[in-house]
Amino acid sequence: MTLLKPDVGLAEETGTPVAVSARSIEATIATFVKAFAMLDDWNDRYRYLIDLGRRLPHFPEEWRTKSNQLRGCQSQVWIVGIRSADRLCFRAVSDAAIVSGLIGLLLAVYNGRQAEEILTTSPEFLNALGLYEHLSPSRGNGLYALVQFIRRFARAETA
Amino acid sequence: MNDMSALHAVSATPATHAGLDLARIRAEFPILRQRIHGKPLVYLDNAASVQKPKAVIDAISACYSGYYANIHRGVHLLSERSTLAYEGAREKVRAFLNAASTQEIIFTRNATESINLVASSFGGSVVKAGDEIVITGMEHHSNIVPWQMLCQRTGATLKVVPFTDAGELILEEYERFLSSGRVKIVAVVHLSNALGTLNPVKAMIDSAHARGIPVLVDGAQSVPHLTVDVRELDCDFYAFSAHKIYGPSGVGVLYGKQALLEAMPPYQGGGDMISLVTFEKTEYADLPNKFEAGTPSIADVIGLGAALDWLNAIGLNAVAAHEHELLEYATAQLQDIPGLRIIGTARDKAALASFTLQGVHPHDIGTILDRDGVAIRAGHHCAQPVMQHYGVPATARASFAVYNTRDEVDALVKALYKVKELFA
Repeated sequence: MTLLKPDVGLAEETGTPVAVSARSIEATIATFVKAFAMLDDWNDRYRYLIDLGRRLPHFPEEWRTKSNQLRGCQSQVWIVGIRSADRLCFRAVSDAAIVSGLIGLLLAVYNGRQAEEILTTSPEFLNALGLYEHLSPSRGNGLYALVQFIRRFARAETA
Repeated sequence: MNDMSALHAVSATPATHAGLDLARIRAEFPILRQRIHGKPLVYLDNAASVQKPKAVIDAISACYSGYYANIHRGVHLLSERSTLAYEGAREKVRAFLNAASTQEIIFTRNATESINLVASSFGGSVVKAGDEIVITGMEHHSNIVPWQMLCQRTGATLKVVPFTDAGELILEEYERFLSSGRVKIVAVVHLSNALGTLNPVKAMIDSAHARGIPVLVDGAQSVPHLTVDVRELDCDFYAFSAHKIYGPSGVGVLYGKQALLEAMPPYQGGGDMISLVTFEKTEYADLPNKFEAGTPSIADVIGLGAALDWLNAIGLNAVAAHEHELLEYATAQLQDIPGLRIIGTARDKAALASFTLQGVHPHDIGTILDRDGVAIRAGHHCAQPVMQHYGVPATARASFAVYNTRDEVDALVKALYKVKELFA
């Protein structure tokens, strides 16, 4: 397994296998849409997101480097991209709970996929959840930069 | 508070203690009528940018639909009318600040550009290696970075006046900095956007002047909340933005004392700032045109004039009294929320409350409040050194304008309790 980013401070091998996602992208998105529809109001949806954020895989303290940090003026996001065979995987975290939940959503969709799949799946799927506005560059929460990072990483794979 | 009902209750109690008819004032802001995520908009992000009354929107629209043309050039009627309206706005700004002459009023893009103009033109010609520039620890990035850039260019040093945990400048340190004999300019914020602190700029100016040091005041936050008299303050430069004082975005103002402005080289070159151009030499126009290169944001300057008329009609004293009352009301209620910490507790404060909530990131506060229609700012407020002082990455900030009501403060507080419940 090769770590393409960061290029400093990390071993080439982490020993963490990148699982091939068992569910298709469409099925993963559909699961979230269903879950959101079942939740009565935004309080419950935010609770769900906060919970999703708490269940993000551990992001080691030593990965929280400046080079792994994405810019956001309201909250901070750190991300690491990992390639295993033809699959891409990302580990990310935010200091804000709801942003972490949104990261959980995005990574559930994009993790363990091939670069082409990532590039053909627009983050607009968040529209179906009423969350797409969180990706606006004006939000300053780092999610816009996170999606750009994932897409750039995938594009580098196909280049 | 149940959706619209409580906000509509404003109509039943029309007058504030300050004597303002809030229902009437609110009715002048078309944007305030909308609902956000199905809830009435509670706009408490006024320190970032304030909403616009119909008088301003109409003035801009009237310019474009009735008499728009480029200014200072045409011999035709439209150009003359545009020029008159544009220069009329300059006179309104002069009167608003009580400047001595319209030649002392320069239109820029925003307060940031006003400060950059001074740092570049005045600073560039006066500041040399070994000199010092004094700012404070509670400056907006706009009043830090231009001076840092100047220091990098010239080899001067930036001296930063520290502040206490309450958010008050340590004036002894300020005096100590001034006494070095190397200070060439002081740049200080009038009203801190991150703390709400109202700084004792008059005393600071007097101290600096006693040593012959000129002072720039960043008035971006202060002008919509208190009466500013540049001659009484005796400041050398005063900078503000139209968009924070009910005017349009895209226009800023720089007040500068005439003698200083006359001695300064132009900031940018181009049309409108010249009197004669040959390939060998250019003669610059007189003030204020010397500093207004290129076609300005004509209709927006006219819009700023309309905003000042509108604000004057209400009366800044009544506005300040109303906002003070709101701030006291909000502060009392916020302090009662367990785990809430108000950042910035200076004795002299105006118009905003910055806070953190234990265990909850400000971004999460802002996100959850948004679903309740409550718009606040969450972030570092372009004042990262202030955040570093308190050891927080960001704060949440509720900031007030003349149209805000006590019911809206209640909506904010209620939504904050909801945030606490979500994160419990």
